[in-house]
Amino acid sequence: MTAIPVQSESAGGLQVRDLALRFGGVHAIRDVSFEVRPGEIFAIIGPNGAGKTSVFNVITRVFDPSAGSVMFKGQDITRTPRHQVVSQGIARTFQNIELFEGATVLDNLMLGCHRFAQENFWGQLLWSPAVRNTEAQLRAHVEDVIELLDLAPHRNSLITGLPYGVRKVVELGRALATRPQLLLLDEPASGLNPEETRDLAFWIDDIRSDLGITVLMVEHDMSLVSEVADRVLCMNMGQALSTGTPAQVQSDPRVIAAYLGADEA
Amino acid sequence: MRFDYDTSYRDGKRLLRYPSQKLAYALLALVLLAAPWLLPKYYVGELSYLFILSIASLGLMVLSGYTGQVSLGHSAFLAVGAYAHAWFLSQGLPFAASILLAMAISALVGLALGLPAIRVSGLYLAMVTLAFAILIEHVLGRWKSVTGGFNGLPVADPVMLGLDLSGLKSFYFLCLACLVIVLVLLVNLMRGKTGRAFVGVRDSEAAAASLGIWVAGHKVLAFVISAAVTGFAGALMAHHVRHLTPEGFNLLLSLELVLMVTIGGLGSLRGAVLGAFLIGMVPALISQIKPLLGERIAKQFGLEIFFFGLILAVFVLYEPKGLNGRWLKIKAFFETFPLYRKDVFRRGKTYMKSERYR
Amino acid sequence: MGPELVANLQLLLNGMATGAIYALVALGLVITYKATEVLNFAHGDVLMASAFVAWALIVELSLPFWLAALLTTAFAAVLAWQIDARVMRRIVGQPQFAGVMLTIAVAFMLRGLVSMFFGPESRSYPTPWTQQQTQIGTLIVSDLSLVILAAALLLTLLIFFFLTRTALGVSIQASSQNQLAAYLSGIRVKRVTSLVWALAGAISGICGLLLAPIALVDISLWIVVLKALAALVLGGFGSIPGAILGGLLLGVIEQFAGVYLPDGSKDVTAYVVLIATLVLWPRGLLGEAHGRRV
Repeated sequence: MTAIPVQSESAGGLQVRDLALRFGGVHAIRDVSFEVRPGEIFAIIGPNGAGKTSVFNVITRVFDPSAGSVMFKGQDITRTPRHQVVSQGIARTFQNIELFEGATVLDNLMLGCHRFAQENFWGQLLWSPAVRNTEAQLRAHVEDVIELLDLAPHRNSLITGLPYGVRKVVELGRALATRPQLLLLDEPASGLNPEETRDLAFWIDDIRSDLGITVLMVEHDMSLVSEVADRVLCMNMGQALSTGTPAQVQSDPRVIAAYLGADEA
Repeated sequence: MRFDYDTSYRDGKRLLRYPSQKLAYALLALVLLAAPWLLPKYYVGELSYLFILSIASLGLMVLSGYTGQVSLGHSAFLAVGAYAHAWFLSQGLPFAASILLAMAISALVGLALGLPAIRVSGLYLAMVTLAFAILIEHVLGRWKSVTGGFNGLPVADPVMLGLDLSGLKSFYFLCLACLVIVLVLLVNLMRGKTGRAFVGVRDSEAAAASLGIWVAGHKVLAFVISAAVTGFAGALMAHHVRHLTPEGFNLLLSLELVLMVTIGGLGSLRGAVLGAFLIGMVPALISQIKPLLGERIAKQFGLEIFFFGLILAVFVLYEPKGLNGRWLKIKAFFETFPLYRKDVFRRGKTYMKSERYR
Repeated sequence: MGPELVANLQLLLNGMATGAIYALVALGLVITYKATEVLNFAHGDVLMASAFVAWALIVELSLPFWLAALLTTAFAAVLAWQIDARVMRRIVGQPQFAGVMLTIAVAFMLRGLVSMFFGPESRSYPTPWTQQQTQIGTLIVSDLSLVILAAALLLTLLIFFFLTRTALGVSIQASSQNQLAAYLSGIRVKRVTSLVWALAGAISGICGLLLAPIALVDISLWIVVLKALAALVLGGFGSIPGAILGGLLLGVIEQFAGVYLPDGSKDVTAYVVLIATLVLWPRGLLGEAHGRRV
């Protein structure tokens, strides 16, 4: 199996400092800081409404933060335009699958390669040899992803007919096709059965060790988090509660109180 | 049964992959080339008009079918293309230059509409384009110095490289050639990275942006391409009608174009052509049927518009993927014969979920 | 009061008179939109059909005006109910675009049928308020316009309270937001939706009845729905008070544009207002903001 070639250095990780996000009176994120070191798998956990997906949305520039900064590889990406995030090396999956429903799996994955496709407009109109070559190269690259994730049977299927588990895998594949250095996974295991979750755990580990991609994920499934994550951040009500290894965070009394409620003294 | 025996990645992108496809298109080409000598004169003229409508429909398909931007006012671009071309001809420009300039002007108008349209989507865009078309019709009627107002603008004969193309057969071949060129160019564009990006913008702007697609830029590009292609059709239409009036580019024409792409099947170029042919033939079919109906019904003009409504309703209810959808189902039947199952294309029951609050 | 002020006030009054028509038509549009998220392009054609029916009842059958008014409204309500029950119900759950296309199809069919049945000539009929005017100070307003304005205000109030204060009204809003959940909550969604369509139909029936004496009974009556769209956009899409505010405001803007802007602007003012509002203030005056959570 050919591994997708990765840039030789992924120097620098992700630094989030004093991040805040407000929607009118609602504080979605309040003073959150954390750091993701290169090559690690970092999980963000917390009850629903804690602001986890909002953090993702700020990093990938769906929203402008009210305060704070996001640095990746030493570059400040707090204000980069939304469509330039991927060229910084950050890719993401979405909580509610945002696949392109009217296209095939292959087309979805090829769209993942959009930023590598150097196709001149007039060349496209005339289907020049250069464009033909580029398309073939993109296809070759996408086939590596298909092989990694066992998507070969679904290659030419339209997304609309696919089961939920397969769609999640396609979304993961599409993010991988962008050759990221940092992969943001938003609830990758939601809706998956235990078998699929186990496959996912192996894939996440392979992504880190074979492909050298740093992984930042939001997750509710504690067993997956314990198995796969190096460090964990627990959030609640928009604030960072506790950071550490999965064992440390899970035994932190503040985290337990957040999930189960505090004792009435 | 048919299997995909692709031996290289390039095969996946080839337009004509199977011998049966090549044969079918060769036959079609033969029939179309021989038509002017085989068909009565009236039908040759009608076919030319259908080719022009197909080009306009292709233009709208790029915008609505592929990029998901609804336009209920595309007759505006037909009008701009037609009037610009007629005016340039009246100023003495050669035919080819005039058409290209008309396309450019139509593209500029498309840009003017596309830029504000970035902020507007779905239903609201439909309304903006509708209002825009009415505005253009009004402007054309008032700008008497250029357009001749409601008296109209006569159109000179098409003469290219010394050849008079106004004759029935030569105009037919001109329209056919233009349609084939536009079709090939658009097919190429849609199978390359831009076409994929358009589909991405249509299906999920959030995901498209996260993959590096400049959503606003692609939306505007779609408008510009669509306007240019439809303007081109308008220029050809100017020669077909020979005398331009603003009423010839009214709201009904816009809605007919929308009917063509919807009935044809959103998201396919083949659908655009099929839809154009079906809708374009309705007036001719009606005039065939009229003698058979009672005198009272036949006398009124309502029959044509009634049929448009009926055809649209039937397709929306029973064949939402349009003629292209029906084509693909028939093709699937033959390709998987005898293992075709009746419920392959069955639609599941869906419930309405508000698109406002998701 | 100086003559210029009087002239402007008269313009204002005229504007509100035409605006009341737009408001009334927009009201019918907005309640179907709120209930089904479908923009009913056939609204104007139901209006037009009702006008023809009113003509037939008043002129051909010589019925008294009030009886004809009642029958016309009932006809329009039934027509709209049937359109929903027989046609629109079948595409429930499909994207908004399909619904809009289907209403366009219904609009075409209605237009074709009316045209075939009644023929192309324009007609008119008398109302109890035709040719009658009221004087307020030095200002003149036609009685028919007053009636339309009163009808618009009254109906807006009734419907607003119906949708927000009664159980049936709230269930209408619920089924528009999440239909499956509405079903599971025991709401008879299909019936509720058809009821809303019938209500909108009744409103357009009243509109057609009152508008025809001003604008003539003609196939082109349906075009008022485009102006109603502009009114809706101006007032804020999806807002019922917005519909009436937008309508009145649009009428006033049109009148002033007709006097103070170059010749011919009046015809297109509505469309310029529509485009400008959607591009510059998409929410309109009283509209709701909405976006998509990812």
